Amino acid sequence: MIGIILRRILIAIPVLIVVASITFFLTRLAPGGPFDAEKKLPQEVIDNLNEVYNLNAPIYEQFYDYFSNVLVGDFGPSFRYPGRTVTEMISTGLPVTFELAFYAILFALLIGLLAGTIAALKRNTFLDYFPMAIAMLGICVPTFLLGPFLVLIFGIYLELLPVSGWDTLPGDKILPSITLGAAYAAYIARLGRGGMIEILGQDFIRTARAKGLTETKVVINHALQGGILPVVSFLGPAIAGLLAGSFVVETIFQIPGLGKFYVEAAFNRDYTMILGTTIFFSAMIIFFNLVSDILVLILNPRARDS
Amino acid sequence: MSNSSLWSDALRKLLKNRAAMFGVFILISLIILAILAPVISPYPYDYQNLELGASAPSSAYLLGTDTLGRDLLSRLLYGSRVSLMVGFVATAVALVIGVTWGIVSGYFGGKVDAVMMRIVDILYGLPFIIFIILLMVVFGRNIWLLFGAIGAVEWLTMARIIRGQVLSIKNQEYVLSAKAMGVSNFYMFRRHIFPNVLGPIAVYATLTIPQVMLLEAFLSFLGLGIQPPMSSWGTLIRYGVESMEEYWWLLVFPGITFTITLFSLNFFGDGLRDALDPKTSSD
Repeated sequence: MIGIILRRILIAIPVLIVVASITFFLTRLAPGGPFDAEKKLPQEVIDNLNEVYNLNAPIYEQFYDYFSNVLVGDFGPSFRYPGRTVTEMISTGLPVTFELAFYAILFALLIGLLAGTIAALKRNTFLDYFPMAIAMLGICVPTFLLGPFLVLIFGIYLELLPVSGWDTLPGDKILPSITLGAAYAAYIARLGRGGMIEILGQDFIRTARAKGLTETKVVINHALQGGILPVVSFLGPAIAGLLAGSFVVETIFQIPGLGKFYVEAAFNRDYTMILGTTIFFSAMIIFFNLVSDILVLILNPRARDS
Repeated sequence: MSNSSLWSDALRKLLKNRAAMFGVFILISLIILAILAPVISPYPYDYQNLELGASAPSSAYLLGTDTLGRDLLSRLLYGSRVSLMVGFVATAVALVIGVTWGIVSGYFGGKVDAVMMRIVDILYGLPFIIFIILLMVVFGRNIWLLFGAIGAVEWLTMARIIRGQVLSIKNQEYVLSAKAMGVSNFYMFRRHIFPNVLGPIAVYATLTIPQVMLLEAFLSFLGLGIQPPMSSWGTLIRYGVESMEEYWWLLVFPGITFTITLFSLNFFGDGLRDALDPKTSSD
């Protein structure tokens, strides 16, 4: 098993290097400099700026300089916000995005596993059809629609919850977390239902029931471990989707997280910010994929052989 | 001739699937509406009635107007052309790359297969959403680039599915005997391999279209996709969100249209999969 894990890690490293290099050269290739303002700047100012941002050196030297700095956690200065560094912006935005993602996943796991397990146990009854119909809805309604609809209903018409902000008003974390987590709750419910149905049909469950265990014990002690396997292998790739979702949710709810910074950077063509966050996001996604792969290996003895 | 019976069986199953048929009905109506948009739209898509401004649905403007006095119904109809086109074109791009890649990889096997599949593995690890955003930023928000970028992302799963399918066909006796008779690679593809992967291709393609449309709407919502004066459903939703506090109809109608379309495509894709997959017939 150690061998498989090492091989996964070895694949992850070239992926990260490829992403980082492609991103670097793409942003350098981009037409128009970062200082293309409405007003034409004097040549000396441009020269000075180029000097500050190290844009005069040959590209391979820039490449080398940039990545030796990145390795020690320095992503360079922002193009758009003079005086601020990309590392600074990442470190202020990241905790917010992590908190949001954490609540979203928590919501998704709670609702999803509960609904999936109940649906599997009460197969082909109302308690199966109804949550599964809602789940289908949750998958089909994209985040950028669900968020505004929730705001419209709970924020504007019912005036129950704040419509934007983060950590400023009580309850302002509820709508963003639900918006971001809803689609995952739906997927987890479907995956959990499928996994549980498969497990519940197996011999060892029949044995456990024959021993006279209560249904709760059968489910919690025996079925759940196998039943949630598909959910675990889904969680890693879900992180990538969660990031994309955070772009939308943070934009809708005006949350000062990494996702909002990224979208703003893309809008403003803040190339150093885009470069830094892209490398950072990629590293995170690759890392979480790795973690979920390893978790699956630990939970499922059969996957170790292949 | 066994081929035709597979397809007619599938068709019979599909026709019995009410959800899938509902999806087909909606989709066909949408496509017709999109094609006829210039004829049936009550107003040109860039027609403005600035004096009127935003107005709630009325008999003159069935779905209301936006802040510039533009008819929402007409803009939805024209937007459907862009959204549906993105769905079909980007899926076609993904299809061409993925199917070719999968067939070549699976059919030749060995080192070719190993290298080609490692490439797919590595690309799978890339954070594509971020990559597409990067491309849109660097090369400008061009609609054809959008098609290409989305298509270039979606082919990976297709390549894997097709490769698996080809691997299982490759070792069947009729293929081996055809090989023994010395038929050319091209003939083999055309006569034996391709017809047998058509099923999975059809299923996966219908399930890719909604994903692609979602991706386009996502980008347009962030302001990184389709640019004005062109509008897609994604851009309409973006405007709708901006003004939803005063003018609910600008969000609700595009939102519902988009959701129903995604639903229909998913229902149809699921139905197609059930109909073409012999394993699900017992369930």
